[in-house]
Amino acid sequence: MNAQLQPTGSAYFIAKETEKPEIHTLSVLVDNEPGVLARVIGLFSGRGYNIESLTVSETEHEKHLSRITIVTRGTPHVLEQIKHQLERIVPVHRVVDLTVMAQELGTGGALERELALVKVSGTGDARVEALRLADAFRAKVIDANTEHFIFELTGKVSKIEQFIAIMKPLGLVEVCRTGVAAMNRGPQGM
Amino acid sequence: MTGAEMVVQALKDNGVKHLFGYPGGAVLPIYDELFQQDDVQHILVRHEQGAGHAAEGYARSTGKAGVMLVTSGPGATNAVTPLQDALMDSIPLVCITGQVPTSLIGSDAFQECDTIGITRPCTKHNWLVKDVNDLAAILHEAFHVATTGRPGPVVVDIPKDVQFAKGIYTPPQTAPRTSYQPKIQGDLEKIKEAVALMAGAKRPVIYSGGGVVNSGPEASQLLRELVDLTGFPITSTLMGLGAYPKSGKNWLGMLGMHGSYEANMAMHDCDVMVCIGARFDDRITGRLNAFSPNSKKIHIDIDPSSINKNVRADVPILGDVGRVLEDMVRLWRATAKADKKTLYPWWEQIAKWRARDSYAYKHNNDVIMPQYAIQRLYELTKHLDTYITTEVGQHQMWAAQHYGFEKPNRWMTSGGLGTMGYGLPAALGVQIAHPESLVIDIAGDASVQMCIQEMSAALQYNAPIKVFILNNSYMGMVRQWQQLLHGNRLSHSYTEAMPDFVKLAEAYGGHGIRCDKPDELDDAIKEMISVKKAVIFDCRVATLANCFPMIPSGKAHNEMLLPDEATDEAVANAIDAKGRELV
Repeated sequence: MNAQLQPTGSAYFIAKETEKPEIHTLSVLVDNEPGVLARVIGLFSGRGYNIESLTVSETEHEKHLSRITIVTRGTPHVLEQIKHQLERIVPVHRVVDLTVMAQELGTGGALERELALVKVSGTGDARVEALRLADAFRAKVIDANTEHFIFELTGKVSKIEQFIAIMKPLGLVEVCRTGVAAMNRGPQGM
Repeated sequence: MTGAEMVVQALKDNGVKHLFGYPGGAVLPIYDELFQQDDVQHILVRHEQGAGHAAEGYARSTGKAGVMLVTSGPGATNAVTPLQDALMDSIPLVCITGQVPTSLIGSDAFQECDTIGITRPCTKHNWLVKDVNDLAAILHEAFHVATTGRPGPVVVDIPKDVQFAKGIYTPPQTAPRTSYQPKIQGDLEKIKEAVALMAGAKRPVIYSGGGVVNSGPEASQLLRELVDLTGFPITSTLMGLGAYPKSGKNWLGMLGMHGSYEANMAMHDCDVMVCIGARFDDRITGRLNAFSPNSKKIHIDIDPSSINKNVRADVPILGDVGRVLEDMVRLWRATAKADKKTLYPWWEQIAKWRARDSYAYKHNNDVIMPQYAIQRLYELTKHLDTYITTEVGQHQMWAAQHYGFEKPNRWMTSGGLGTMGYGLPAALGVQIAHPESLVIDIAGDASVQMCIQEMSAALQYNAPIKVFILNNSYMGMVRQWQQLLHGNRLSHSYTEAMPDFVKLAEAYGGHGIRCDKPDELDDAIKEMISVKKAVIFDCRVATLANCFPMIPSGKAHNEMLLPDEATDEAVANAIDAKGRELV
């Protein structure tokens, strides 16, 4: 944050970022009320932060609490800002940087899983190959007729990306992904 | 109780005496209730932006929440500027907006806009009330959120059918929602660490900001105590002026782009910096990688996102400035017995910088220098109960440099957003809160025309505000930047058709004064003070005067351009050619 370009003849001082960006996964516990997701997303777009993946669902029905999982990319300094900016939002209860927490726990990284529905159509060898590969990836067939399959696949992001890449030449029609759900290993909660 | 009745009841229960607003279709039920009571006085402005700035001025001069009431659609969109202004300057502002009936939301109804969507990024929080039974609790929560933690603006959007609907009113409750718990008390270990660092400092400086003013008068008192105890020099941001008195012996003047030489040099060369309720804004720091390179930085702030945002803090202390200062003063008394003599060499150095007299200007016997106008205004009003507001531009900086503030909450200016048009309506708000005080809007000829319609409101409510215009026919600060950055090509910064401000004042029913001679200025200012109604003072000043000292962009605190060095050539070359290419 301290390295700068040559001074510009502008009213502002434009900094060149020299810290390396990292990918972190944040868990955000919020009151489930109208507009709360818009507040979170608006914060990211308004302040120029990245969203690589975003998942949201009510997790504690009686308390009206939702858990938002955000995968974001930024330098350590920006990631710290993101956390504090999220904490400022009135209906936000807690923000936990799971990646940092995992480092502290010494578990390498947070557990991250994603679910994908993958539709593949084709006949003949391609169809047989698709089914064989799906089996290898432990994808479930949840819909099929003689011309298509829909596979349900759960796993790490890398596994899902790999599966999609392999399915491409075999008649990939469409993909729907949930985004990352994440929590840390061990007995304690966020 | 109907929703509209609840609004008025909630205002009363939250201690509101005045609100600023403008009626329209979607708030008529609330206006009908306001009509039938006397506890809350409504001030009718001429434009919703004026309502917002007036409420801001009211809030900043009283420490209470400012309240505005506007209708849906254009009423709400006109409120956006003051909302963002209040967000950036941490002003508690409660904005109640009307909305089209719930059944029509989303149908592009007449005067419909997505108020919640539009105001989401420019408020601390906002609410759309869909059920009348939620209304009272939301209004109380709105006041709570606006005034606690780091203060800020909130919007409560109330559809018209909810205003008519009947429901159960609940009085304010003390239990706020669990997700909103601002941290007030500072971490004692950190404060101890800070005190130890301060006790060992050889070249310390205290850099205070608007957070001290926001924290309340006790915080300013504690700040003064801390300065007395430690013997540290103190500078302040634009927003923090008045927390420490100008007459105080440790006062260095304001810091930043147009701050004093001694304040900026002390910031640059210090070994311990104590930042209290300020946020290292880019107008303060100058070039970040050259900002106070050899100091340990203590940063006290109530907002965790302010800490480490622009500048890394070595000792971050999260908490309310007042509470932290209380602990700090107590700990200093108990533990640190620093010998003030160790600071003598530092004070000697400061005295040398001070001797540069960075606010100096060449006096002129034929034309009024703008700095002279502010100085005379200060000399003739300092013994009075005076509140100052400003617009934005050169006049604002001159006011900050040359008007002396002895108390907090006396200085209302748009710092973060830099909103031209802020000062006149803000002065109205201040005058409503302090009817017996002298309230002066130090204005520029360009800025003042942005919300000049509020003169009409001032006359309506017998608010004897004084609009003191430093009239140079230019948008002076724009012109100054064009001279510095754009080869002196003064693109659209000269106002060719200036209104006759004296006649304008008279047209509104106020009093107009014009002065263009230095030797007539004192009498003219005295006349302004003595007139018991709103005044526009057209003070014709030297047209081409520029605001110095200045940290040119891309430069560090120790590379200030001082007035005696600011020849035309120096101004033209202040920012190097390479820098200019990058614009």
